[in-house]
Amino acid sequence: MADTKVTLCGIELDNPVIPASGTFGYGAEFAELYDINILGTFSFKGTTWEPRFGNPTPRIAECTEGMINSVGLQNPGVEKVISEELPKLKKVFRKKVMANVGGFSIEEYVKTAAQLDACDCVGWLEINISCPNVHGGGMSFGTSPTAAAEVTKAVKKAVKKPVIIKLSPNVTDIASIAAACESEGADGISLINTILGMRINLATRKPVIANRKGGFSGRAIFPVAVRMVSEVAERVHIPVIGMGGVSSADDVLEMMMAGATAVEVGAANLIDPYACKKIIEDLPAEMEKYKINSLREIIGAVNG
Amino acid sequence: MKQGIFEITENKPLTQNVMRMRLIGDTSACIRSGQFINIKIEGLFLRRPISVCDLNKDELTIIYKVVGKGTEVMRRKSVGDKLDVLTGLGNGYDLSPSGDKPLLIGGGVGVPPLYLLARQLMERGKDVTVILGFNTAKEVFYEKEFGDLGAKTILVTADGSVGKKGFVTDHMDLDYSYFYTCGPEPMLKAVYKRSVTSGQFSFEERMGCGFGACMGCSCKTVTGYKRICKDGPVLCKEEILWQTQK
Repeated sequence: MADTKVTLCGIELDNPVIPASGTFGYGAEFAELYDINILGTFSFKGTTWEPRFGNPTPRIAECTEGMINSVGLQNPGVEKVISEELPKLKKVFRKKVMANVGGFSIEEYVKTAAQLDACDCVGWLEINISCPNVHGGGMSFGTSPTAAAEVTKAVKKAVKKPVIIKLSPNVTDIASIAAACESEGADGISLINTILGMRINLATRKPVIANRKGGFSGRAIFPVAVRMVSEVAERVHIPVIGMGGVSSADDVLEMMMAGATAVEVGAANLIDPYACKKIIEDLPAEMEKYKINSLREIIGAVNG
Repeated sequence: MKQGIFEITENKPLTQNVMRMRLIGDTSACIRSGQFINIKIEGLFLRRPISVCDLNKDELTIIYKVVGKGTEVMRRKSVGDKLDVLTGLGNGYDLSPSGDKPLLIGGGVGVPPLYLLARQLMERGKDVTVILGFNTAKEVFYEKEFGDLGAKTILVTADGSVGKKGFVTDHMDLDYSYFYTCGPEPMLKAVYKRSVTSGQFSFEERMGCGFGACMGCSCKTVTGYKRICKDGPVLCKEEILWQTQK
C-alpha cells in the first residue's frame, strides 16, 4: 500500500496535495463538488487587515498552457474572514487549514497573522511576501533578502503556529531570500508565486489586463518552479512547499524529488475543479509505477 | 454546478459569425434561465463561458458569436464530438418579480439567454414583449423563434435595414411591469436610464474559473463586491453601480 503521508512543520498530512491560495477561495465552491477532507490541507484566499476589492477588470488573460491574473488580493479583510468565512469553512473541512496572509507593511503582516494564529482551525500561516499585483505592496518584501527577513522575524515574534514564507520568483537569486527567511526563524518556505507577465490585445493595441501586467501561472511555468524549488531545497534545512504549474500526480512526484515536502496546486483548480481530487486518486498508481513505497523517501531525491 | 461530458447534436450557423450548438448530457445542474456553462476547449487553457439559450430535458442549446480562438475551435466542432462542460453556473434570472407584462430587451449575442427566459415566462401565462436589437439585417437571429413562443416581438436594427430603426431604447415606450435585459454594456446602461420599472441585467466579464473561486470577474455593487460568475451574471437594477463597473 503506497504511503502518501508527509509531515509539514510538525503536522502530518494524509497526502502532500494542497490547493494554493487564491484558487480555492475558502473551500465552499469545491465542497459542493467533492469531500474536500481528502486534501492534505488547503491554503485559503490571501487575507489582509483591511477588506480589499483588488484591481480593476479585466483581471484575467489566456496564455499558452497558462493564464495571467491580476486580482490584487481581493478579500473581505481579516475580521470578516474570522467571523464569517472560517465558521463556514469549519463546516466543510475538519482538518487544519493553511491561512494565507498578505500585507503592505510589516505591522499589517504582524497583526493579521496574529489574528489568524489565534484561530483553532488554522494549522500554518503562509505569509505572502510576493504577490505581484499590488502597487507598492507585497512585491518589495519578496524581492529583497533583508525585507523578507524583517517580515519573517516580526511575524515569528507575534505567532505560535508554524510560519511558511511564500516567495516570489521575480528575483535573481531566490535561494538567498529563502536562506534569509530561514535565518530569522521561518518554519517553512513555499514557492513559487506567479511570474510577472503581460499580454497585448492586437486589435485594441492595449494590454489585455486592466492593470497592464499580472501573475503568470499554469502548466507553462512548471519547469521554472521545479528549478527554483530545487535551488531553495538545496540551500535551506526547513520544509519546502513546491508549487507552480502542478497539474498531475506525476508533477507532484517531480516537485517532491526537487525537494518539496508538500505540493500546492493552483491554476489547475480553476480549469478543472476536480484537479486535486484526481491528483490524489492518481498518486498511489503513479508511486507504484516509479517503485515509491513512501512519498517521504523521495523528498529532495534529485539533490542527493 | 456539475462537470459532465456533452455530445454535440447540432452546430450550425445562424448568421455569418453566430452559431447555434445543441448538446446532450446531464443538465440536472441547470436550474434557471440566465445561467451559463463553461466549456473546455482543447489547446486552450481557460474554459469559455457561454450563456444557455434553451433547455429541454437533457439537451442544452447555446448560441455563440465567433470572436476569437476559443469560439473558432467551437465553430469547427462536428456533430458527435464531445465537450467537457461545467453546467449550472451563475445565479440566473429570478422570474418571481416579473409581474404580468414583463419586457425583455436583448442586444446582439445578449439575445440568447432571453429565449429560455421568455419561454418560462410564457409558460407562466405572462404577457411577454421582447425587443431584439441588432446592428443590421444580416446579423439578426431568433426573431421567428421568439415569435413562435407567442411573445410580442419588436425587431430593431441600428441601420434600419430590417424592423424598426434605431436602438432598443428608442422603442421602450411601452406599458410593462418589469424588465429583463442582456447585451453589450453601453446598451445595458442606456436601458438602465430609460427604464421606468425595476429589472434585472445580465453582465459579461472575462472570467478565470467561472464558479466563484478566483475572484477574476468581480465588480462593486450597492450591496458589496460581487463575482459576476457566481453572484451574477444577473444583477438587479437597484444594486448596480455604473461608475465602478467597467
